[in-house]
Order: sequence, then C-alpha cells, then structure tokens
Amino acid sequence: MAIAATETQPTAARAFGPAAALSCRECGERYDLAPRFACEFCFGPLEVAYEFGALTRAEIERGPNNIWRYAGLLPVPDNVAELPNMDPGLTPLVRADRLAGELGMRSLHVKDDSANPTHSFKDRVVAMAVEAARTFGFRTLSCSSTGNLAGAVGAASARAGFRSCVFIPAGLEEGKVVMAAVYGGQVVAVDGNYDDVNRFCSELIGDPAGEDWGFVNVNLRPYYAEGSKTLAYEIAEQLGWRLPEQIIVPIASGSQLTKIDKGFRELIELGLVEDRPYKVFGAQATGCSPVAAAYEQGHDVVQPVKPDTIAKSLAIGNPADGPYVIDVCRRTGGAVAHVDDAAVVDSIGLLARTEGVFAETAGGVTTGVLRKLLDEGALDPDAETVVLNTGDGLKTLGAVEAGVTATIKPSLDVFKEAGLL
Amino acid sequence: MSVSVRVPTILRTYTKDEADVTAEGGTVQDVLADLEAKYPGIRARIVDDSGKIRRFVNVYVGDEDVRFAQGLQTPTASGAQVSIIPAVAGGC
Ligand SMILES: Cc1ncc(COP(=O)(O)O)c(C=O)c1O
Ligand SMILES: [Zn+2]
Repeated sequence: MAIAATETQPTAARAFGPAAALSCRECGERYDLAPRFACEFCFGPLEVAYEFGALTRAEIERGPNNIWRYAGLLPVPDNVAELPNMDPGLTPLVRADRLAGELGMRSLHVKDDSANPTHSFKDRVVAMAVEAARTFGFRTLSCSSTGNLAGAVGAASARAGFRSCVFIPAGLEEGKVVMAAVYGGQVVAVDGNYDDVNRFCSELIGDPAGEDWGFVNVNLRPYYAEGSKTLAYEIAEQLGWRLPEQIIVPIASGSQLTKIDKGFRELIELGLVEDRPYKVFGAQATGCSPVAAAYEQGHDVVQPVKPDTIAKSLAIGNPADGPYVIDVCRRTGGAVAHVDDAAVVDSIGLLARTEGVFAETAGGVTTGVLRKLLDEGALDPDAETVVLNTGDGLKTLGAVEAGVTATIKPSLDVFKEAGLL
Repeated sequence: MSVSVRVPTILRTYTKDEADVTAEGGTVQDVLADLEAKYPGIRARIVDDSGKIRRFVNVYVGDEDVRFAQGLQTPTASGAQVSIIPAVAGGC
C-alpha cells in the first residue's frame, strides 16, 4: 500500500525548533513564545519549555563543531547553522592532571570557555538571543553587562547585522571596554554598579522608546538563558556521554548555573546519558556573595548586597536566579561558597601555572572555591569533577602581577652570571 | 506629598496603560496604599499576603532599592521617583 505523501513530508521549518512555550518558574503559567520575560501573574521568571523529538548521540555527533550540534535541544530555528551567528562552543575540556595532583584529586577537568569567539561563555547565550531577536524583528541588540556580555553582544551584532547599544557600569576593566566597543556599536557607561545599570535597562524596556529593542538579558532573557545549557551538553559529550559527579560554576545572576542543571536533566530525560547523581557547586567572590550567604544561613531568599570585589564580572548584588541556584545546589547535594580577592588572584596563578589556562577573575573565583571546598571536605577528591573557566585572563590583566623574570643584555655571559640557566 | 511612580508593563492594565502615575504618601507603604485606592488590585501584585514585597518585584525610591533602606517604611520625599520593576532581568 502506498504511503500517503503527506506523512513523509518534512514539517514546516520552525522558528524556535523544539521550544513549545514559555512557562513561569514560580506558578507554571504558560505563554506564547514572545519577547516577554516576567509572569503576568506573579512576576516570576519565564523559561523555555520544550516538546523534544527523538534525538540520538550519533545525530548530535554528526552536527557542526559548535553549539548548533545541539540545535534539537535549543529554542532556535531549524536552519540555525546556516544563519550568520558567532557559532561558539565546543571549547576544550582540558584534562587537568597537574592541577588535580596539586589539589590531591583523582579526576579533574577544566572546561575552558575562554576559547569562545569573544573569549567568554557569553557567546553561547548571545547566540540564542540573536536568533530570537531575528525572529521577533528587532533591529537593535542591547544588554546590561559587567563586560563580557557587552563584548559578545557587540561582536554578534556586527556579524548578524544588528545595531547595538550596550550598557556597562562605569569603571570596568579596560580590556572589556575595548572588546565591547571595537565592533562599532554604542557603549554607554552608567554611573553606578551593575544593579543600577540593570534597573535602568529594565525601565528602558518599559518605555515606548525602547520597545523595539532586544535586550538580550531582559526581554530576550528566556531564550538567552538557554544558551548555557550547551555547557552541560558539551561536558557530557566530551566525557564520553557521561555526567561529571561534581561541577563548580561561578555565580553572578546565577542563570548559568541553573541552566547547566537543566541541561544535565534533559540529557538524562532523553536517555542520552545514564541517570547518575551529580552535585552542583556555586562560586562567588566574598565581596559579592549574597547567594553564598543565603545558602549558609539556610534561607530561600537572597538579600541583595552592594558589591566590592575585583571579580567584576560576577559583581551582581541582586542576582535574579539566586533562589533557584540555592534550590539546585541543595537538591543535588552541592553547596555555594565564596573566596576573597586574594584567593582569586592566587587561584588565577594556580590554574595558569599548572594547566596553562589563563582565567579572568571569574575563573579565579571558581578555582578558588574548588580549592576551598576540597580543604573543607565538602568536595570529594575522588569523584570526577569539572571546574568552569568562563572567561579569559587577558580581559582582566590588572588583577594579576606577573612580569619578566629578569632584564639582561643579549649576552650568554650575562645570562649565566644572572644564574638563570 | 506627591511622588511620581513608574509602573512596569505587567501592571499597566491597572493604570489604563499609564507608565507614569502620581501618588501621595510619605513612605512607600503610604504610596502603595494610595495607588491601591486609585487602582484597585495593584497593591496585592506588589506585596504578598504577609505584607512583604514579593520575591520577584523590586521597588526603588530614586536609585535606592528599598530593601537597602527601610523597606516599605522607606520615606518618599515630595517629588521622589518611585519605580516598580520586575526582578528577573540580568545575566551579565
Ligand atoms: C566570565 C563570567 N563568568 C560567569 C558569569 C556569571 O553568569 P551568570 O549571570 O549566568 O551567573 C559571568 C557574568 O557576566 C561572566 O562574565
Ligand atoms: Zn507566574
């Protein structure tokens, strides 16, 4: 019997792939896929809900060598790999045997996201926002940023043909300002800290003047946030389709941490990895540690703070996903901890010296927390562990003091006399 | 004491689409009470049953998050700008 032609016909290309709706994390209310970010009823954050099709490891492995190999798990158009985007992802999972040795661990990997196009994990999230902005017809891409996001938005806007205008707190690291500005968009420094910038941007969204602006982390936030799931997918695939037993993630807004957990759960649900327990640990700098404080005090709500730390990329005093970070860390048996600025600098050096990975301050925070939690016995030194390096040390050069060993005349004798041989 | 209140998109159904409204009151608490009198139902969207500002709502007087000040008792000087903003933005 002939099979009806319609049955084998591909379905129409979908603008949001497997994404089915936005749903409220607090009350479960569902909304159409639109540029909205807060629940009409309870102000809760909206997140993307999916109806996944069947997906195999082999299909994923045949995909492009970037995050689009996971397009079947993301809110992006079916033909996303053909559209102009920064195509981030598939960054190295470095086997960190020397660092593990120094810390007395059995199996440690560093997921080095400084290898992304603009040298931070932010390229992953912005890649999602670009597709959503394209679908919604926005012309201007914007964000509030502690620096890395501004650079990622600037670059992605240049590639995808958007106008861009990004907002940063005044006094950011020079490397981040230059990286944000070089792509030709507007960079506006706001007098105040990140939370002030964020408030300003939230108000701009509500103003008619800002109506056709796509703020990657405000009205496009549900889509944007899904990009961090790709870290979870990559780590699992790079470990040979296995979840790590412990993972340490830096926290600013907390979005990345919660989405890594979401990514792991999806892999289990889809049968792409074996269902085994994993523990998620959050890392903050002491000078901006509202989530760690709430965790330590056993609270579910996060009391905002005024940040004061060299880890500027993590300096969000009022983290939107704070309560959910605590949920994830408690549910998985992890923890949230913090380290002071001296430990951040020291840990940047440790990671560089042992593994040749130069982290920005966020990576110093994460590595510092790894070390601290091992010392305290909260991390198992024998469990398979992944620590994230989310940004490049070249952007925060001022945080480290490293320089030449000696200055000499170009003479073998001088070199020998200096005792350097 | 008259203050100016910036209303987020989500709450503009109460204010007939007005983004900026005026209200009277010497503290955030009083301002919210006055808003409630003018736009019935709006207060319960901002403050929960136990009288606390909802987990995903931020209220500012000028540039100051009232959680850093005296919460609902934060004074609102005449001409002050009060802003009510969904808290879920960000991700730096
Ligand atoms: C390098 C780096 N790591 C981590 C984060 C934390 O991101 P999230 O806001 O998702 O917690 C940021 C935020 O800017 C960052 O720049
Ligand atoms: Zn809701």
